[in-house]
Amino acid sequence: MTSPKRIGKIEFGLLSPKDIRKMSVRKIIWADTYDDDGFPYPQGLMDLNLGVIDPGLRCKTCDNRAGDCPGHFGHIELAKPVIHVGYTRLIRKLLRVTCRGCSRLLLSPEEIKKILGPADEFSEDLITEKDIKKERVCPHCGEQQLKINFEKPTTFSEVWTEEGKKTEHKLTPADIRARLEKIPDEDLRLLGINPVVARPEWTILTVLPVPPVTMRPSIILENGQRSEDDLTHKLVDIIRINQRFKENQDAGAPQLIIEDLWELLQYHVTTYLDNEVAGCPPARHRSGRPLKTLSQRLKGKDGRFRGSLSGKRVNFSARTVISPDPNLSISEVGIPLAVANEMSVPVQVTPFNIEEVRQMVLNGPERPTINAPCGANYAIRPDRRRLRLTDINKETVAEMLEPGWMVDRQLRNNDIVLFNRQPSLHRMSIMAHRIVIMDGKTFRLNPAVCPPYNADFDGDEMNLHVPQTEEARAEAYILASVQENILSPRFGGPIIGGIHDHISGIFLLTHGKRWFTKSESIALLKHCTPSHLPDPEKVEMGVPMWSNKQVFSMILPDGLNMVYKASSCANCEVCKKELCERDAYVKIFDGQLICGTIDKKSIGAFDGAILNRIIRQYGMAKGRQFIDDVTKLSIRGIMHDGFSFGIDDEDLTRTEYGQIDEVLDTADSDVERRIKIYQEGQLEPMPGRTLDETLEMQIMQVLGKARDRTGEIAGRHLGLSNSAVVMAVSGARGSMLNLTQMAGCLGQQSVRGERIVRGYDERTLPHFKKGDRGADAHGFIKNSYKSGLTPTEFFFHAIGGREGLVDTAVRTSQSGYLQRRMINALQDLKVAYDGSVRTTGGRIIQFTYGEDGTDPARSAFGDPVDVKGIVENVLKEEV
Amino acid sequence: MEMSTTFDVLQHVMVPDHKIMSEEEVSDLFSTYQITHEQLPKIYHDDPAVKTIEATIGDVIKIVRVSQTAGRAESYRLVVRRPKK
Ligand SMILES: [Mg+2]
Ligand SMILES: [Zn+2]
Ligand SMILES: [Zn+2]
Ligand SMILES: [Zn+2]
Repeated sequence: MTSPKRIGKIEFGLLSPKDIRKMSVRKIIWADTYDDDGFPYPQGLMDLNLGVIDPGLRCKTCDNRAGDCPGHFGHIELAKPVIHVGYTRLIRKLLRVTCRGCSRLLLSPEEIKKILGPADEFSEDLITEKDIKKERVCPHCGEQQLKINFEKPTTFSEVWTEEGKKTEHKLTPADIRARLEKIPDEDLRLLGINPVVARPEWTILTVLPVPPVTMRPSIILENGQRSEDDLTHKLVDIIRINQRFKENQDAGAPQLIIEDLWELLQYHVTTYLDNEVAGCPPARHRSGRPLKTLSQRLKGKDGRFRGSLSGKRVNFSARTVISPDPNLSISEVGIPLAVANEMSVPVQVTPFNIEEVRQMVLNGPERPTINAPCGANYAIRPDRRRLRLTDINKETVAEMLEPGWMVDRQLRNNDIVLFNRQPSLHRMSIMAHRIVIMDGKTFRLNPAVCPPYNADFDGDEMNLHVPQTEEARAEAYILASVQENILSPRFGGPIIGGIHDHISGIFLLTHGKRWFTKSESIALLKHCTPSHLPDPEKVEMGVPMWSNKQVFSMILPDGLNMVYKASSCANCEVCKKELCERDAYVKIFDGQLICGTIDKKSIGAFDGAILNRIIRQYGMAKGRQFIDDVTKLSIRGIMHDGFSFGIDDEDLTRTEYGQIDEVLDTADSDVERRIKIYQEGQLEPMPGRTLDETLEMQIMQVLGKARDRTGEIAGRHLGLSNSAVVMAVSGARGSMLNLTQMAGCLGQQSVRGERIVRGYDERTLPHFKKGDRGADAHGFIKNSYKSGLTPTEFFFHAIGGREGLVDTAVRTSQSGYLQRRMINALQDLKVAYDGSVRTTGGRIIQFTYGEDGTDPARSAFGDPVDVKGIVENVLKEEV
Repeated sequence: MEMSTTFDVLQHVMVPDHKIMSEEEVSDLFSTYQITHEQLPKIYHDDPAVKTIEATIGDVIKIVRVSQTAGRAESYRLVVRRPKK
């Protein structure tokens, strides 16, 4: 079970000047690239020894042509050493812990022993900068140490006080290099540096590697001019300055000029390595754009790691806006013709399908309508040459077709694709659908699959991928198809199910007892699976009538028995069962709805009691069929009556408004009364609370009660004839609290669960008297959304609203990071055939998956067996 | 030597049962899961429970936990030296 290859260790080291010269194939001395004939200069930056990019030329090192030559490094001999910006912190540390005279570690052997502790293996430690006191005397040579100052990006200097005056002396890279060279190997080991692979003086560059031209190719513009890579530009600068530096040095130029040139060389090498260093103006292109140098190629979202290695672009994918289509099956996805024409599936030509495939080739790459048979975009010859099919060549290619060829066939109905919405946080974020080609330019999906994708239609876009092999299609269909993912592994219940109008619709359809004529019943059921109506439940004046419960029962499988309480159940002390006046007691015998209303509890996403039972009893395919039927029936149901909500649905009568005002006035005076008791010192504090806390709690309680009372008053007027009430009761959307706030009163606005207290001195806003503890002064809103808020109320509402926004913003970023770390830790684990959870190396993480070996998606809401459900199914009554 | 403590961690309700496995038990375990000792989960030699049952480096410990879902869950760990910092 052990994997054949294994990484023993990874060693990180520095390139020594010797290494750099050894790997170099050419010393580069000229800043020029190409001569007037467009031929690379020998020993220039595009030297033919460094690899070739122009077709036709051969590499002077490996004799390969462009494309086969991997490229080879060259080098530049620097006139004077310069610091590598990437190692300034290491250099600073080493300068501070070693002697300026003898370069030994500034600790005596005894001190080292004391810091490292006894030589047992449990407490081996490394020496850090903190272990060495500043500006001490060297224990080896007695030299007085000076303070080392570091200034970004690459300036080091020694500071000391001479006759009360601060004196600073700049250390040149050459000085620093000399010091680092002298540090003994043993001392480096104590600091955690392996001198065999990383001598510290190698952090000061004396020779600079020149990367192969293959990693900095020049491009030829339309006007025939060459445009060089940013790295090449930077190397040109370095060589120019280096050359001038050398000339000046040889000519014995004054120290000032030498220093200037040295600094300039340092600047160019620094920006060549990293063009975003603090304290260093970035090198710019002529156009003013900052150059993208070495570090910029690696860093950030579009860098080599995140952009090119972990993240890759894929072929055979499409992306567009999504929109709903309740007439689709949940396992389908509607795709635009344009997408279906562009994307393809390879088909192997065999003696059995050659005529069929030939017809596809003849159909060509332009499919005119969504119902036309699919065409083909490419034909691939047995020698793997691709022929792009056009209206001109399709006939000839069709003639040539024979077994052994392949044809890239366009997508057609029922092809399997993977459908995805970001952020792909759980496995239901990518599911396999069968395609339906449709008019329009959006992807269409049944709203019942919105919950697993967390999609809505306010402009969301989704991705689609087309598996290219038979194996991939089979895998996608068997493992990832929508019907296999109805049950969520998060809680062992259905995550796909009715939402919004599905629930309102099925509620309106099944609530109470209603009667439909034959044509009405057929209209309701015409898109569902059942094809024959049962016998009518009654015949009225010669007209056969079907009850609403009968109509709903049509989509239930035979043999289904369930008893439970619906979402609309009020949890009465004594349940009246079948006689429940809210019709919330659901009873299903042998696939017949006897009583009760179907709502969120029965068919909703995350609940779906009926759906859950059907899947357990009849399997995934039946579950999928039920969702398809119920979504279609409910949409027909809601269309039968019509369903809308308007501003006048929030209207109450004068009586209710009077009662609401009365309740609020009473609450106001109650609050005043309590404040008075408090001010008179008569208030009894609650156990463990201060007087102020007690008063606050009392006020919150009084005001909370008042808000609820207004809700009750409003609710008394608004019955099931009100759409918002239907939505709240059925669980489709919103709650009675939302309705209270629309029609009754908005109530107390809070920050961290307390009344609003912050703002001006002893008051929330200048509109109030100092020390006012009343309801209005601390964010109680008497108005409703319908009646409209006063300016101060509006302001308090904004304060309360802001808290919610901040909370969600903080939560999403935190949970996103947590999720990333979980994924990184768990991504390569798998359950082996013996039930153990293992890493790729066969190391055991769990001896039995989840201790009990149970797939949570197959558990009954977390429990291994749904005992209650099984017993109820047999006994046909609630237990 | 460790100072003897008066508190026995194994007596605490939250601490599952730890036992040193015999050589046969260990070889049985290795053959059931087809593993070698390095594929086992690890536990440090200075873990309080390991010290209490006086297991030494290289021993395999059987840990039996009370599991909410499975009732009883067994797992096995190899005692290893705590790595240097
Ligand atoms: Mg959206
Ligand atoms: Zn080459
Ligand atoms: Zn010294
Ligand atoms: Zn009830």
